[in-house]
Amino acid sequence: MSVLLQQLVNGVMQGALIALIALGYTMVYGIIQLINFAHGEVFMVASYGGLATYTWLLPEDLKKVPYVALPLMFVGGIIVAVIVAVIMERFAYRPLRNAPRLAPLITALGVSVFLQEFVRNVYPNATSNLPYPKVFPEGALQLGDVNISWTGLLLVLLSVGLAVVLQTYINQSRMGRAMRATAQDPDTAKLMGVDPDRVIVLTFIFGAVLAGVAGILYGGYLSNINIDMGFQTGIFAFTAAVLGGVGSIRGAVIGAFIIGLIKTLAGQYMPGGTQYDYVWIFVVLILVLVFRPQGLFGEPERVRA
Amino acid sequence: MRKHSVKSAAIVGAALLVLAACSSNKTEGGGNNGGSCDTSKGTLTVGVVAPLSGNLSALGIGIKQSAELAVDEANKKCTVKGYKLAVSAQDDEANPAKGAQAATKLSTDPTVVGVVGTLNSSVAQTVQPILKEKKIPQVSPANTNPTLTRGNDFLTAPKRAFENYFRVCTTDDLQGPYAANYLVEKAGKKKIAIITDGKTYGEGLAAELSKQVTKKGGQIVGSEKVGEKDTDFSGVIAKIKATNPEAVYYGGEYPVAGPLSKQMKDAGLNVPLMGGDGIFDGKFIELGGKEGDLATSVGAPTESLATAKAFVDAYKAKFGKEDYAAYGAFSYDAANALIGALAATLSSGDWSDSKRDEMLTNVGKYSGSGATGEVKFDQYGDSTNKVLTVYSVTSGKWKDVETGTFTG
Repeated sequence: MSVLLQQLVNGVMQGALIALIALGYTMVYGIIQLINFAHGEVFMVASYGGLATYTWLLPEDLKKVPYVALPLMFVGGIIVAVIVAVIMERFAYRPLRNAPRLAPLITALGVSVFLQEFVRNVYPNATSNLPYPKVFPEGALQLGDVNISWTGLLLVLLSVGLAVVLQTYINQSRMGRAMRATAQDPDTAKLMGVDPDRVIVLTFIFGAVLAGVAGILYGGYLSNINIDMGFQTGIFAFTAAVLGGVGSIRGAVIGAFIIGLIKTLAGQYMPGGTQYDYVWIFVVLILVLVFRPQGLFGEPERVRA
Repeated sequence: MRKHSVKSAAIVGAALLVLAACSSNKTEGGGNNGGSCDTSKGTLTVGVVAPLSGNLSALGIGIKQSAELAVDEANKKCTVKGYKLAVSAQDDEANPAKGAQAATKLSTDPTVVGVVGTLNSSVAQTVQPILKEKKIPQVSPANTNPTLTRGNDFLTAPKRAFENYFRVCTTDDLQGPYAANYLVEKAGKKKIAIITDGKTYGEGLAAELSKQVTKKGGQIVGSEKVGEKDTDFSGVIAKIKATNPEAVYYGGEYPVAGPLSKQMKDAGLNVPLMGGDGIFDGKFIELGGKEGDLATSVGAPTESLATAKAFVDAYKAKFGKEDYAAYGAFSYDAANALIGALAATLSSGDWSDSKRDEMLTNVGKYSGSGATGEVKFDQYGDSTNKVLTVYSVTSGKWKDVETGTFTG
């Protein structure tokens, strides 16, 4: 029983991390129908940005004070992620906004490879795993036999909290309404006085902030980072967004938790064990898409006039 | 007539320029010119195939630089009469496909007399047959999988797998059981869980360890696999934690082993993690290896070996503080075995492709005292040096605990 509970806890934590990134995929898709494959790399770059902040910007005495160091790492990582995302949108995607859909998709893959190789070549020693600083709360909360690490707990709280804030913002604020309007019909939204460029940049920025938070937490939760992390986690996040229905905030978060849980539970109970846990994720994805092609919470695809 | 001789002089001059360009290309990484030695017959190349970039580059660069050191010294001492030696180091990124490319590149170069490498047993599997085609001897400083020399039935029906393949380190059919004896008898850990990365090296090593653990009265309580690129091991850890192991044995390398050890501790599974020579590197501790974690590695600790002192001093003088890592001394010995065999081969005439058979025989017959002790090969190409050492993480550093050979 305690094994089951422990695996559920692990699954929820993995899901929380995937959710933070999946939100970025789903929001961008919702607005400009672009699968931004470089989004996983924004998450990776943020993680290195946080590490760089800690290594070079923080004075030695502050490094030992987690209450100061940790928030500053978040700030550093998020700033790097936002800058990368804004540049990416301006120079890689905006010129292709009215091009056939395939063009920005290929560009996204190109940006992804570029960012990975850039970090590999520019960041010192990035060719191998880098240890992440120990500024996160060590240890774990013990509930009977179940072990809940403090960093993992922080991850779940931040992930769910930020998703709720985002959902509320989009549903209730003026800018949120502009976003929904642009998603539904960019031309009409423009006629109503919405500036699509502003809305789109803001969408990229929101995605980058969430990816930035995820990047720092990933380092703390797993204790080290590497340049492949964006690709690996990005694939899961993309899958989560598709599973939940691309374009849906709630869908992305729920899809992410489903994937986290399938991964750990399949590793424990299915034949083949942890070696085949990825297989079950995609089996579930395929089954869902067969019966609900729009995903769990997605709307059926509209044909644009 | 006069015009003609000017023309031929020009041609000779141009040819010399081309030659000079070629040889200056080849010396890349080869280092010093011998200076006073006679190098009139040209340049011969010692190839190196090792991971020079990527996660295992700490080990790979130690291998490359140690081979360069051996070649430099040979050039200074004029060990190979009439030729200058150079190193051509190829990056295999610890990836079998990349290793095959590197091997193909080296095998098409007629000046390559032998290859030092690889680090990974899985890469050796693709490199061996390519070099065999051209009869190029390969001496590995680090491959420990027994099938590479003795074939799939290495215990019951050993059969030489590749006549061009040799190694200067010992093998996992000794390393695994040696680790098992230490775990069960000295450390008193009876319940052991196994995790591997599913690659040639890790799988083979863990299988050999498991057999000996059971033989010594221990128990294998669980057996799991992780992906080489996995980063989150919470699922695997929760699964083996339920079996209450007293130690975890990991078959694989430090990029996974370090974080795995840290995540085990975070998940409340505070038992030692043990591994083979693949986790014996400072990076393991940097990436999360904890106090009390154990590793076996091939040979005696380089720092404490009297025979290795000259190597360590020369390496530090040439490369400064960069580490020669776990296999530096072995790589130095491997390169010297090739150089020694080459010198013997050339005593009966100049280098040509027809000399390759003789070269292979001479590597097999090579015997010398190297940094790691006596360097000699048995009929399968395995090293006769079977020494192993157990290390443990003590105050943030690997410290040797016990050195010996496996005796059953």
